[in-house]
Amino acid sequence: MNVLEFDHVTYTYPGATAPALDNATVQIEAGELVVLAGASGSGKSTLLRAASGLVPHFHGGAFAGRVVVAGMDTRQHGVGELAGVVGTLFQDPETQVVMGTVRAELAFPLENRGESPSTVARGVEEAALALGIAHLLDRPTGELSGGELQRAALGAALAGRPALVVLDEPTSQLDPVAGDELIGLLRRCNEDSDTTIVLAEHRLERCLGAADRVIALIDGRVACDARPDEFLDWAAGAATELQTPGAKLLSAVGTRPVPGVKRARAALRERGLLPEPVDQGGDSVPAPRPRITAPGGIVRRRRAPESALEFTRVWHELPSGPTILRGATLSIRPGERVALMGRNGAGKSTLLRHAAGLMRPTRGRVHSAGRVALLLQNPNDYLIHETVAQEASPGALQAVGLAGPAFADRHPRDLSGGEKQRLALAIVLGDGVGAAAQPGAGADADEGRVAVVCLDEPTRGMDRGRKGDLARLLRGLDAAVLVATHDPEFAAAFADRVVLLADGAPIADGPVGQVLTGGTYFATETARILGGAGHALTPDDGLVVLEKLLAAEVIA
Amino acid sequence: MTYHPRSSPLHAARAGAACAYCLALAFAALSLSNPVALGAVTVAVGAAAIGAGVGSEVRRAARLALPLAMTIVLVNALVSRDGLTVIVRLGNLPVLGHTDITLEATTYGAILGLRAFTLILCGALYTTAVDPDQVLRLFRRVSFRSALTATLATRMVPVLVRDARRLTDAQRCRPGRPPSRVQLMRAATSGVLDRALDVAAALEVRGYGVAHRPPRWHKPYSRHDLHFAAAAVAVIVLAAGARLGDLVPFHAYPSLSAPVDASVLGVSVGLVVCALLPFADRRGIER
Repeated sequence: MNVLEFDHVTYTYPGATAPALDNATVQIEAGELVVLAGASGSGKSTLLRAASGLVPHFHGGAFAGRVVVAGMDTRQHGVGELAGVVGTLFQDPETQVVMGTVRAELAFPLENRGESPSTVARGVEEAALALGIAHLLDRPTGELSGGELQRAALGAALAGRPALVVLDEPTSQLDPVAGDELIGLLRRCNEDSDTTIVLAEHRLERCLGAADRVIALIDGRVACDARPDEFLDWAAGAATELQTPGAKLLSAVGTRPVPGVKRARAALRERGLLPEPVDQGGDSVPAPRPRITAPGGIVRRRRAPESALEFTRVWHELPSGPTILRGATLSIRPGERVALMGRNGAGKSTLLRHAAGLMRPTRGRVHSAGRVALLLQNPNDYLIHETVAQEASPGALQAVGLAGPAFADRHPRDLSGGEKQRLALAIVLGDGVGAAAQPGAGADADEGRVAVVCLDEPTRGMDRGRKGDLARLLRGLDAAVLVATHDPEFAAAFADRVVLLADGAPIADGPVGQVLTGGTYFATETARILGGAGHALTPDDGLVVLEKLLAAEVIA
Repeated sequence: MTYHPRSSPLHAARAGAACAYCLALAFAALSLSNPVALGAVTVAVGAAAIGAGVGSEVRRAARLALPLAMTIVLVNALVSRDGLTVIVRLGNLPVLGHTDITLEATTYGAILGLRAFTLILCGALYTTAVDPDQVLRLFRRVSFRSALTATLATRMVPVLVRDARRLTDAQRCRPGRPPSRVQLMRAATSGVLDRALDVAAALEVRGYGVAHRPPRWHKPYSRHDLHFAAAAVAVIVLAAGARLGDLVPFHAYPSLSAPVDASVLGVSVGLVVCALLPFADRRGIER
């Protein structure tokens, strides 16, 4: 039985010239877990919003075709009525949690439906237990972390056991651990209660292993609707930007791509490209260890004689609150590209704010060889003028690829997500773009010159193509670059060095190939498949390692 | 300053009882003018805040309320032409004209200031000790949408404060001349509108558009529900009785009369005892 049916749906947002959905026809059966894939602007969010009735009831616009959810035609039933059968979760947990406590948040949709107090109480308990948030029920929502808030919002979407749950990039604001936990919870809910789940996600490597089906959208059209391994086959030929790193690696060695690290390893072993594991749960290829210090310690690096940015035993202690940074010591050389990684709350953003002078250390010292340009998470916060040309200098716009008449007169808020990010980068770079600070120069000479460019989580909600563009842009800058990110694939694409933060201090610091091959959460998919062999991070590196292994076996 | 669940008798009481208790204290502050009785209400509110474990939050509110109270004293002393006991002659002042400061006007200003101060403390006690979601549930049977709007406004304040802080930080990262206030205001407005749109969409998909009048929730009354409801009734009866029976007389004009006799002391002590008795029973307050 179909829970969701799209029948030749074409939809155009008010004021838009091109349709966001173009003759989309999709059928999703009860109990399926379906992943929606596609580049930014391909229509994934619109499809989900059409399933929940927000399109066209909330957004307006021109709608043709038919969407039926659990037997209800969305043209005849409003969003409120459809809320009884569709649970919806958006990207930003801050704006979808509306009540003061988790318990009230979970009860809210059930109370809106006029359920009896006992049904509400039971629905709240069941949703809380299913998502492991029973201990959070009486916590104020204003005090929850991003991951907890997202789980509370998911609980509200699941309370009342809707037939269908639609999720729009629910992991984009979460660290890898919280993201993986959320995907695991979704799979469990899907298996336990037969709830149909439709999930839009950019980081496909994270969720393809849990999916029953993948629907790929290109320019609002359904380009592929297949099982995950068939989708990866299709992507290898028709949409390489949707290929996962693991699938790219397998394709490169002539093996049929499969989703998930475990299956990819098995496929390589079948081809004789990876040795069999020696013992249960262990890898026969020893993983190189990043330089990890003793508990509470700091990686001791020989002080670089010329530093673009230097943190010396920096502490940040909140008045009547926790300690965010605990004696962090870090030195970045001119022109070096460093990825700052760690779970949510590890102190990454605070460290960047100290670098840019937005915060002062309670102890310790921060020194930079010139101006520090900091791009915070939301590029919209930087946009205050009426045209792109007014926002930044021509040199800076040139550096980020937004120069020329095609952009000059456009309103900054009309740009796409990736373009806004580049414009915000141009704004913070100012006139000092491209000029790496020379150590030893005088204070006046340093004024306005960019010594370090810092970016805080720049890839949130970005598709793979845009991430690649940003990585290329960062590699092209003369200044040192320090990027806080949760995305190991992005770190592998732009960084020379990775610093892993935990509890306010670096716990691992080394070349990108060393740190990102030494674990599970902070490792690329290629590194996880190959068990860290040869420090390979990308499919191309992985291919080289496998070819070497193959050649060695042939010689033997 | 927001609600945070704590282990206290007031937090353990249902929102209806806790709400009535805070309103009763506010009613007492509004109906009594005798400085001793009004002072007793202020003490009761302060002690209740300490008993509820929200002393530091209410102290913060008191620090903010103090300048307001002082302003009221000053303004009343300067503008009131009543009272017979002149304590300072300021002569002719611009705008105010001939100004004499009298003991009566100053004292009455102090009473008004103390009343405002006490009402702010009552508000702070309510904000920190009464669960807004339970209040919403109370009022949604009467006017659901208005109650939800009020709750959302409370919930969105910290979110918007964080947005404003983010916007300020982003502007500090811009090299060169800082943007004008108008430009900043425009950017902030755009951000708020974006937030409002997202929240509206979230409300829609949670079924707000078809919200039904919820059925009555029969929850058994706990000892703390009963204690605070009884305290609220006692405080209201005592304050109203004292006012109607003229047990706590006070007249500021034309000459000051604020007797401190047995009835005033009795009412004052009675108010404090009634207000604080519910805090004596601390069984079943753990969350």
